[in-house]
Amino acid sequence: MQTGETNVVAIAGFSLFIGLSLVITWFAARRTRSTEHFYAAGRSITAFQNGLALAGDYMSAASFLGIAGLVATSGFDGLIYSIGFLVGWPVVVCLIAEPLRNLGKFTFTDVVAFRLRQAPVRVAAATGSLAVVAFYLIAQMVGAGNLITLLFGLRYETAVVIVGVVMLAYVLFGGMIATTWVQIVKAVLLLTGAFLLAMLVLLKFSFNPLALFAEATRQYGEGVLAPGRFISNSVDGISLGLALMFGTAGLPHILMRFYTVPDARTARVSVAYATAAIGTFYLLTFILGFGAMVLVGQDPIRKIDAGGNMAAPLLAQAVGGQAFLGFISAVAFATILAVVAGLTLAGAAALSHDIYVHVFRHGRASEKEELRVARGATIGLALLAIVLGIAFKGQNVAYMVGLAFAIAASANFPALVMSMFWKGFTTRGAQASILIGTASTLVLIYMSATIQMDVLKHTKEQWEAGWAYFPYRNPGLFTIPLSFITGIVVSLLAPEPAAQEGFARLEHQIHVGEEEPV
Amino acid sequence: MSDSHGHLTRVAAERWRLALLLTALMTAIYVGFILLVAYNKPLLGTILMPGLSVGIVLGVLVIITAWVLILIYVRWTNTHYDHRVADVRRARQEGR
Repeated sequence: MQTGETNVVAIAGFSLFIGLSLVITWFAARRTRSTEHFYAAGRSITAFQNGLALAGDYMSAASFLGIAGLVATSGFDGLIYSIGFLVGWPVVVCLIAEPLRNLGKFTFTDVVAFRLRQAPVRVAAATGSLAVVAFYLIAQMVGAGNLITLLFGLRYETAVVIVGVVMLAYVLFGGMIATTWVQIVKAVLLLTGAFLLAMLVLLKFSFNPLALFAEATRQYGEGVLAPGRFISNSVDGISLGLALMFGTAGLPHILMRFYTVPDARTARVSVAYATAAIGTFYLLTFILGFGAMVLVGQDPIRKIDAGGNMAAPLLAQAVGGQAFLGFISAVAFATILAVVAGLTLAGAAALSHDIYVHVFRHGRASEKEELRVARGATIGLALLAIVLGIAFKGQNVAYMVGLAFAIAASANFPALVMSMFWKGFTTRGAQASILIGTASTLVLIYMSATIQMDVLKHTKEQWEAGWAYFPYRNPGLFTIPLSFITGIVVSLLAPEPAAQEGFARLEHQIHVGEEEPV
Repeated sequence: MSDSHGHLTRVAAERWRLALLLTALMTAIYVGFILLVAYNKPLLGTILMPGLSVGIVLGVLVIITAWVLILIYVRWTNTHYDHRVADVRRARQEGR
């Protein structure tokens, strides 16, 4: 494929999706009057709708472009991501979804701060959330930049700016109502697109996936069905696995979705719908990845983008021609735009609801004021996303999202669990656990080959000889336990009687929710 | 009030037991899977029939297990837990 060849179907698809989502935004904007609407869609979303919206928020560019690319270039190892992205969901539904809905209002920080001192906990938790949001945004922007460059021949930087501006419009005017509906439309589009693409691939193998896999082994050796090509280091594999599993339960934009439904039961049921959609999609990535490996070939995929991110669009072109390439690219673009909107909204909630209202204004800001700050924060985050997207050009997006999961699993997940299950957990413990979890993950990522060799362009010898040497690419195996231990030790050193007294109220409200005023 | 509180404690304990059991099961199965990925690559690479390796079979099974565990939890809470929490809530409101 020629880079920059203008694709009419793709342009039509892009325009259609953007037009449709702006109409949604316009309708949503008329209904977005309070913070309850802006952050939580008025708590009016049904289980089925929220299931699709969760799926939409979760299946990012990493899932569609990144995993297909990793499977196409590394075989079985790419599937470790597919599987890891799903196994976090039983943890979310069993431990997190219902307590979150019953205890909080807008952000997961509401839960951690429930019986602790508000200001210190909120500053720490907002820091953790923003770190996750930043890394997650990088991955999405990189994916979007590649895609638009490939299709329209626009400069990568221009492409990143366009995504930033369109996303800003949804969030700024439509808030959570618009964002939720954009997610739902996108989830349906993505599932349909992936399904059609998989069917077109299987058509060539008489609808037998095994014939496809067998063809892959014939062309590239039996090694493609065995682990070891991408994850050569055992510790790295385990570390990545743990980060993926426990990271899901700490992603601020996913957790925020549980506040958009009316009650805990709806939150729980929506996870069942979400995982049905997400699991089906990940099973399809097996076919898309190996399909691209066989029908496009590993070398052409790597030639277009070193990270392999363009495998799925190239596969669409190979099996369905220019028109289908246009359709699949529009779907991928919609995917990215929607996830970026969800992430930005979560980041804005952390800045406005957690930091501005509860720390600077001690919980006494008017709704109008909070809404204004949230919208200001949205603009700031959109600018940040654009800058980061440009800085991290050329990384595999699934891998970058793996790092965001490592931060979520180390910063947010331990504090969330301990605040709900352990009576002795204290304000200082929560602060320390979140800040040490965030900082240690960021430092170890900085010391890894990704930053030292790929971004800073040090040679292997320079990297190994310097102080900033950490041999593993994903730090989850070390930072998740570190965060738990920090929280436990600090809490034990200085008990907090007030927090212990609040535990009975927390235990009660976890199950019955907020009592209706009589 | 104290009776309904005791009742709630029992329901709550049952829910946490199930939730922790399912979480532990998922963790054990998944960690087992990644340990095999890390330390027994030849086993996962064993080809069962053309195009099918042990690794692919186990990977699909892990995804299906996640589905099954979620369904078990949602079914139990929807049929048992919700009713009993509703009873507790009604009892409390009548008591007031």
